[in-house]
Amino acid sequence: MTGSARGDRSIEVDGLTRRFGTFTAVDAISFDVAQGEVFGFLGANGAGKTTAIRMLIGLLAPTAGSARVAGYDVATQAEMVKRNIGYMSQRFSLYEDLTVRENITLYGGIYGLSDEAIEKRTAELVDRLDLRDDVDTRVKSIPLGWKQKLAFSVAVLHDPKVVFLDEPTGGVDPITRRQFWELIYTTAAAGTTVFVTTHYMDEAEYCDRVSIMVDGRIVALGTPSELKAQYEARTIDDVFVRLARAGNAA
Amino acid sequence: MRILRFLLRKEYLQIFRDRFMVAQMLLLPVIQLAILANAATFEVKGARLVVVDEDRTTSSRGLIDRFVASRRFQLAPAPVSTRGADEAMLRRQAGAILRIPIAFERDLVRTRAAQVQLVLNAEDGAAAGVMLGYAQRIVADYADELGATLPGASLAMATVRAGQPTLDVRTRGWYNPELDYRFYMVPGILVQLVTMVGTFLTALNIVREKELGTLEQLNVTPITRGQFIAAKLIPLWSLGLLGLAIGLAVARFAFHVPIRGSVLLVFGTASVYLLAALSVGLLVSTMVETQQQAMFVTFFIVLVYLLMSGLFTPVRSMPTWAQWIAQANPTMHYMEIMRGIMLRGAGLREIAHHLAVLAVCAVAVFTLSVRQYAKRAV
Amino acid sequence: MITPRKRMRRPPSTLGAFVTKELHHILRDRQTLAILLLMPLVQVLLFGYALRTDIRDLRVAVVDPTPDVATQRLRTRLAATARFRLVTVSPTTKVLPELFQRRTADVAIVLPTSFASTLGRGDTAQVLLVTDASDPNTGTTMQVYVRSVLADFERELEGARPRAGAPIIGIASRMRFNPTLESANLFVPGLIALVLTLVSALMTAISLSREKELGTLEVLLVSPLRPWQIIVGKVVPYLVLGFAITCLVLTAARIAFHVPLRGSVTLLLAESVLFTIVSLSLGVLVAARTSSQRAAMLGALVGTMMPTALLSGMIFPITSMPGWLQPVTRIVPARWFIVIARGIMLKGIGIEYLWRETAVLAGMALLLLVAATRSFHAHLD
Repeated sequence: MTGSARGDRSIEVDGLTRRFGTFTAVDAISFDVAQGEVFGFLGANGAGKTTAIRMLIGLLAPTAGSARVAGYDVATQAEMVKRNIGYMSQRFSLYEDLTVRENITLYGGIYGLSDEAIEKRTAELVDRLDLRDDVDTRVKSIPLGWKQKLAFSVAVLHDPKVVFLDEPTGGVDPITRRQFWELIYTTAAAGTTVFVTTHYMDEAEYCDRVSIMVDGRIVALGTPSELKAQYEARTIDDVFVRLARAGNAA
Repeated sequence: MRILRFLLRKEYLQIFRDRFMVAQMLLLPVIQLAILANAATFEVKGARLVVVDEDRTTSSRGLIDRFVASRRFQLAPAPVSTRGADEAMLRRQAGAILRIPIAFERDLVRTRAAQVQLVLNAEDGAAAGVMLGYAQRIVADYADELGATLPGASLAMATVRAGQPTLDVRTRGWYNPELDYRFYMVPGILVQLVTMVGTFLTALNIVREKELGTLEQLNVTPITRGQFIAAKLIPLWSLGLLGLAIGLAVARFAFHVPIRGSVLLVFGTASVYLLAALSVGLLVSTMVETQQQAMFVTFFIVLVYLLMSGLFTPVRSMPTWAQWIAQANPTMHYMEIMRGIMLRGAGLREIAHHLAVLAVCAVAVFTLSVRQYAKRAV
Repeated sequence: MITPRKRMRRPPSTLGAFVTKELHHILRDRQTLAILLLMPLVQVLLFGYALRTDIRDLRVAVVDPTPDVATQRLRTRLAATARFRLVTVSPTTKVLPELFQRRTADVAIVLPTSFASTLGRGDTAQVLLVTDASDPNTGTTMQVYVRSVLADFERELEGARPRAGAPIIGIASRMRFNPTLESANLFVPGLIALVLTLVSALMTAISLSREKELGTLEVLLVSPLRPWQIIVGKVVPYLVLGFAITCLVLTAARIAFHVPLRGSVTLLLAESVLFTIVSLSLGVLVAARTSSQRAAMLGALVGTMMPTALLSGMIFPITSMPGWLQPVTRIVPARWFIVIARGIMLKGIGIEYLWRETAVLAGMALLLLVAATRSFHAHLD
């Protein structure tokens, strides 16, 4: 379940920094993630999570420090990184005016899957998500929960080594959230590293390990149990509150 | 390549499912053509003429009759005084005031020269100049007529007529002998159509993806910058040509404006111009974040390009500094090309110079915009 | 019983806060703001300086099959005329198509053979004037210029005596309100209308429909603000912006081109505000009735910008339009505003002459405001 025993590091971050003018959004963060791990990247809004993740997926160049994702350097080998990762953004980023099938076909093609592979995967995906009746419906007409699951499935369609999820459960009801996390577990169990950012502290309990970011720095890193013990808290939420207050007092 | 095929399929699907893009592309130019075909003229018909006739002789009445007979002017009810006439002009009830002074006929007979006063309402500018032109013709023709009928004239005339060298000036207007303004405007509107599709729709299309977040998603995939740009530009390029085809058909069959030159050349030059227009759209999309901004920035740019291209007013009438600027304007060159081919039946040789400049502009803007587009922010 | 509404009514300062927030929002969008300020200025410059229809440099080609004394004199005369430039002299008309195609010449004068001897005999010589009539306006003007030079030449011919018998009737003409036919004077009122329509109608439509699309409008609707307050709050910043831009355009036009403002500035500004309200209401209506930003954009373009540019009398005079089209222009608000603006600026007249047009605008404003508010309720509530 922890996955830290498995092979090489999936994500290696060393002193990663990003400055915008005089403002430092991400301040020399360092951590590792093992292959197949479910890693929760927590923090309040504005703490720097989104900036950090954008550097890891090759959308933003680092100002200083380094990071390797799936074995490639994000600064110099961004395109290779992109070939080996999947990404699901806050807004799910599916094309609303295209059908389910068309979205799957598009991303399958982009990632280089053969026509047969695309067909096979489409069938599997549609089956698994129970979208058989809606496969030719435009995505905009599909309920939010299904959209979310579809977006995730499209992100891992090409079997990437790492999948990055940015606030994937926003606006979704608790039951759907649970189902979603089951999807995540299945994917992780198959060997894909799952890197999730969220501001729902309760979701931290679902992760193998979590890190908590405050004002651009990582102030806590470990398994949920470790952190709760360390800060004598009952929930990760309490841990976070304690850290945030400490950050303010400093 | 294969990835491009997938991207293109997605683009075309999106375009043809987008009612507004299609509507915008077709509706706007057709409506514009329809309106302009009817509204775009500076001709004056039935301008309200107020006459203050202080002479009241056969000659003066004859002149007034000529004005009315021309059908360019319409007699408005006669006010009592000059002041009343002026008031009428302030109230927009008179477009012109003709004042025939009291000694009109007498001067004509005695000195063979007389003068009338014409005050024109220049509030609308264009109409005033045209009205003056009409008035001058009417008066000149009347003077010639009078020459034969004035008392004491015929003898003098007869002796003078023989052995009088004269010039008989005939005019021939080439390319648009009917002086149909529509003729002149249609190529202009087609240029506008192509420019709008190229620049406006491209910028909006890309910025829309930016706003929705799908652009970010694409940037995280392994597709290259070249593939992305090609996938965006090719469909819009074909859409531009399609729009042009529809516009040409409407012009030809609904408004009877022919294409005197080669249709192939029209599409060929349009293809080159579209590259420039699309590149500008791409460039704008890299500089703005919201669709609203995209709309305004491209609107502004397109407006300036169009105005400086000779769409409504000739480039030759611009001051020298403006003409230099116009030379760098691809729209100006394309306008010349379109007018040349459609109105004058120009061939490749005649427009070669413009086409060359257009090609250089297109490549330059394209290169610039491609360099501006980055999959990763720095 | 105290109704919940009454209990929830807040002091007017809430509306004030809302308007302030909207203003900040607009001001923060630097790019759009820059365009909104830059565009009218650039247009004033363009229309005033660059966009004219006068012809200052007429390129003349002469086809002279048999050059002689008379043709030489005519050619010299043409070359000496201020606005003309003799670009080529050719013995045959074969060069003409090429000349016109390449736009090397604007006008060609084709002289007959034996020009001097024909004239010497006291006969009539036929001269053919060929113009590029693609642009009907310039084509006609060029004709007029050349004809007058030829007429002068004719008068001075040897053996020509003053044409006794044909009297000369001169016209002393005066262009009232715009003596020099300065193009800027004509375009500025229309430009103000166009810019106001752009800011008030187009921008409002897009901004409101954007909020509708993003869902932030719903948030407003559940707040204590009443619907009419929301409309006012959204609309007032654009009113202010439109006003600022009008002042900007007027100032620029006056400084750069000395465009006259013979009437009351206050009246002009007041009428601008009235026109802005009409445009704003149209913008709100478009936003309420359309389902997306793109639709709103299209609707606003076709419904407001296009009629303003083409049918308001701004460029093409309404009196020149066909009979059936003229009444149609009455529903274009800009048409009335342009009459008012031109009246105040060029004629210096006041409300006594313009009350009818003002009443029409006021009526439109009222009607559209009511329609807009009701649409808002129906479609956005």
